[in-house]
Parts: sequence; C-alpha cells; structure tokens
Amino acid sequence: MSRIDIAPILAGLVMLALWEGLTRFFQVPTVILPPPSAIGAALVERGPLLLPAAGVTMGLALTALAISIGLGTMIALVFARVPLLERSLGPYALVLQATPIVAIAPLVIIWTGIENPRRAILILAVIVAVFPVLTSALAGLKAVDPGLDRLFRLHKASSAQRFLRLELPTAAPFLLAGIKTAAGLSLVGVVVAEFVAGTGATGGLSWRLVEAGNRLETATMFAALFLLALMGLALNAVLALIEKQTRA
Amino acid sequence: MPAETPIRLSARQACVRFGALEALGPIDLSVRAGECVVLLGPSGCGKSTLLAALAGLQAVASGAVHADTAGGSDIPGVVFQEPNLMNWATAKDNVALPLALAGVGKAERQDRAQKALQQVGLGSFSSAYPRTLSGGMRMRVALARALVNEPSALLLDEPFAAIDELGRRALDDLVLAAKRDQHLAVLFVTHSVDEAVYLADRILVLSPRPGRIMAEIAVPDVPRDPAFLTSPAFAEAAAAARRVLSAQLVAA
Repeated sequence: MSRIDIAPILAGLVMLALWEGLTRFFQVPTVILPPPSAIGAALVERGPLLLPAAGVTMGLALTALAISIGLGTMIALVFARVPLLERSLGPYALVLQATPIVAIAPLVIIWTGIENPRRAILILAVIVAVFPVLTSALAGLKAVDPGLDRLFRLHKASSAQRFLRLELPTAAPFLLAGIKTAAGLSLVGVVVAEFVAGTGATGGLSWRLVEAGNRLETATMFAALFLLALMGLALNAVLALIEKQTRA
Repeated sequence: MPAETPIRLSARQACVRFGALEALGPIDLSVRAGECVVLLGPSGCGKSTLLAALAGLQAVASGAVHADTAGGSDIPGVVFQEPNLMNWATAKDNVALPLALAGVGKAERQDRAQKALQQVGLGSFSSAYPRTLSGGMRMRVALARALVNEPSALLLDEPFAAIDELGRRALDDLVLAAKRDQHLAVLFVTHSVDEAVYLADRILVLSPRPGRIMAEIAVPDVPRDPAFLTSPAFAEAAAAARRVLSAQLVAA
C-alpha cells in the first residue's frame, strides 16, 4: 500500500486525453459520447441529485451484504452440523444460484415489492450475495485440520470451545474471501433490482441512470456509472484492507 | 525400576479392531512413573493405535486400557507425528491451548505457557507464529503444549521422525529431562532402533499386524549422553532389537 504504481494512473490519463481529443476532433454529438470534461461537468452539476441517490444504493448494498453475511454463515453452520440437510437442500440452492437474478426479479417484485420496493430490492440482492458467503463459510468449516481436531478431542473441548477456537479461526480466511465476492454481488443485485423495479420509489442511483437515459442526458448517465464503479471499488478496497489486517 | 513406583499407564489384554480387521493385540503393558517405554515395530503394526487407545482417542474392542491421573491432569500429554499447531495463534497461545480448554484463567495460562516454552528452550519465541518457526522449533512448541498441564504421563507418536539428527537428539534430551524432572511415565513410539535405545528404559518390540509384544529389551540404567551412543551397552541393546526385527522379516 505504501508504494503506488503510477503505470495505471498514467494509462488512465492517456486514455482520458485521447477520449477528450478524439470526441472534440471528430465532433461526436454529446448525446452519443460526451467527452470526459462534459461528464465532469455533469458530475458537478448533477452532484446534488446523484450523490444522495448513490448513498441510497450504497446503503441498500451494505444492508444486503450484512444480511447475507449473517444468513450465509448461519446456514453454513447448520449445514456443517447436519450433513443430511446439506445433501438434501444443497442442489436446490444451486438451482436458485444458477438462475439469472434478472429473471427472478419481476416475480420477487410482484410478491413483495409492490408496496415496499426497498424490501424487494434487499431480498433480490441477498439472493445473489448470500451464496458466496454460504459456500466459502461451509468450505472453511470443513477445512479443520484433522490433527488439531484430534487434539481438541483429546482435551475434551466442548462444542462451543471447538467452534470459537478451532472452526471459526479456520473458516475466517475462507469467509473473508467469500464476503469480498459477496460485496460486489450485493451492489450488482441492488442495481439490477432497482432497474427491474422501475420505480423511483427508493431513489437509488440506477433510477437516476434510467431517468437520465430517458432524457438523453448521456453525460449524467456516465457520471452515475462513474459513481457506481467508485462504490464497487471502495467496497473492495475496504474488504481488502480488513483481509490484510487479519492476515498480519 | 523399583516395583513400588506407581503404574501410570497400563493395558490389559487390549485389542483394537477396525471393522473385520484385527489391528492390535491382545497387548499387556504397564509404564511406571519416571519410566520410558519405547514401542518399536514395523509400520502398520498398530503402534500408533495402541498409543491412541492409551490416550483415550481410540476405543478398545476388548480388554482394558488405563491412564492413572495421580492427582495431576487427567489428560495425558500427547505429541503426534505432526506438530498440529494453530497457525493463527502465537507459540504461547498454542502452548496455552490445553489450559484454555480446561478453563484456566488467562493470566495463569499465559504464565504457565511461558514457563513451558522456556523448558523447551523457546522462551524468547513466545510471540512467534508457527509459520516463522523451523520444523524442529514447531515440534518443541508441540512438546511444550503436551507438558503445560503437568500431566502424569506423556505419549509420543513418532514425533521427531522428520527432524535432522542433531535436532532430534536435542528433542530426545528434552523428553528425557521432562521424564526425570517431572517423574513422568513416558510411552514413545518410533521405528528408529537408535532412538529407541537412547530413550528407553525398556523397549517393547511389536509384531506385524495385529501388533503383539514379541520381545522386551531392558536398556541399562546409565546416563544418556553422547558417550552412551558409542558404549558397548548401547550396541548390545541395539543389536538385540535388530535381531528381533530381522527375525520378523524372515518369518514374514
């Protein structure tokens, strides 16, 4: 973290300069492709509208992530304790995971979202984000070293001691990797759900994106996209930092 | 070994089966306080199974095994083939694990873990993580962990097989010192004849599966130092052990 690689920064600046120069030189209409300067201007001008929307989307994504972590870990614990449950339910969980969330979204919105779009969005985001947590936690709980397991049996460890001193520390790195994936997916889930819900009721960023698209405000769309990318990166960076801290 | 010294570990007609497979026995043995008994035998003869049975980790199909508590910890100290350390915990926290599982308070277990680390010569490595330690040092941590709850018996299952000659001798000496100073009953499993003679008061040679005791070889009660390794007593005991092992090969 102390040394920052300037190569990607330079590459980014070169690309932005090219983008700016080419759109100006060929006089590309801003509706089709606005130059970076116009996107920057839109970001400043629409900021008061976009930033609160970004806050709503981020809030929903974080809530969905927190629910996914809790729910995924709990299901993993139950599965690890009762292998029969994992064997009988696991395949169906896979079916749910394999079905594209965009296809499930309209159903979930009909069932739960008509009067409460926020709830529908959270449910959809959790459906996407819970699986990496579940599978990684389950893999972690099963990764217990047999030699240490024998040592814990020798010393007649209670199941609470086993969980806190053996299973949890063993599973932690697995779980963290799963949470990192889940963080990105929860954001994807929220954005997709907002799109499908198609109402401004929650006032999230993707609604602003749709709105700007309908008005052909392409620069504002880019500005919203920029904010979405930034949020994804920020989530990733925070989790990478936590991962680094725990490994030290 | 004087007969009045209390017996700490014993097996009476003990047999272990894995399904239809007879793995071990019947076996009779006893280990007294302050005595080191070495189990020597071919791989797969059930040495480790016998040790697991005495540790309470393996049920016997018939007969009985007994580990006497003598008022100390009712769980024997055990060192396995691998160090089996928690790689997320420091050396001291690893050593303190048996105390933590027994519900000993934090200050006391830190204190006792530190003393156990000093006993194995790792006093200044208490906050080191296992991955930063050498193989021999990790084994020392495992030995300290086996000694930390002051057991009356110590069971070791081919613990130092992967360690270089000199490191292994140093670890053997630590075991001998613990046996003497803490009056421990030590049961040591190995396939190395030299290590067996160096450590043992008595060597029990086991047969191929199902393991039974084929011969008992007494090693003279002389100081265990480098001079012992080149003494006639050492050579004689080693030759006796090799004779029994070779006879098995011929029979098989």
